[in-house]
Amino acid sequence: MKLLQERIKHSKFGESIIIETTIRIMVPFIQLFGLYVIVHGHYSPGGGFQGGVILGASFILIGLGYDFKTSLTRMKEKTNIILGNLGALIFTGVALLCALMGGLFLDYSVLDKLIPLGAIEWRSFGIFLVEVGVGLAVMSIMVSLFWDICSGGDLDEGL
Amino acid sequence: MKALALVTTLVTGAILLYGTMDFPAWGDPQAPASAHLSPHYIEQAIAETQVPNIVTAILGDYRGYDTMFETVVIYCAGLAVISILRRSRS
Repeated sequence: MKLLQERIKHSKFGESIIIETTIRIMVPFIQLFGLYVIVHGHYSPGGGFQGGVILGASFILIGLGYDFKTSLTRMKEKTNIILGNLGALIFTGVALLCALMGGLFLDYSVLDKLIPLGAIEWRSFGIFLVEVGVGLAVMSIMVSLFWDICSGGDLDEGL
Repeated sequence: MKALALVTTLVTGAILLYGTMDFPAWGDPQAPASAHLSPHYIEQAIAETQVPNIVTAILGDYRGYDTMFETVVIYCAGLAVISILRRSRS
């Protein structure tokens, strides 16, 4: 408690202990839920786009509840952009790999030649790979849209 | 000029509304959309892809090309915002 009080005294924007504590407790669960939505898209409503938005919203929540700098310490800008590129690359890379392995573009069942799991299982697993790529790309783009728009582009100070 | 724009908008809207009158009824089982490919997806999706959620099977597998370019569109939008707004002080 004393530590919390001192931290509040020294931080620039920390005016509400309630909001900061709530966000600190909620963010891991929000991120876990985002991962669940991505991974469980095969069995329930969900998938890459929705899960990616939830993951991105957790970082936006840190930026809104604490201050702009704190959200930058949780996720570096460079890491964020690398993750976004990686996400788009996973999707197009899997698709291209299917074509290179001798099948049609985005026909995951030919990846069975690479790792023998069974052609039908590969169609299921290929969807999973692709959803992970979509999730990463959407998360990164959401977070970087928020950062760039709320700070006017210089990532110096925002809301 | 404003009146001309208003008339153009109204006429275009009326034509579009007139066009929707030829659409099949909402949820019509005989409509081409539900008679052509939907039965195949509903009956064969689990056997062909082992994904119980048909929406995911269609998005990720049957219509993967569409989803890929949706991702690319979002990616390009993000890149455009970054390249327009981002500037470094140093």
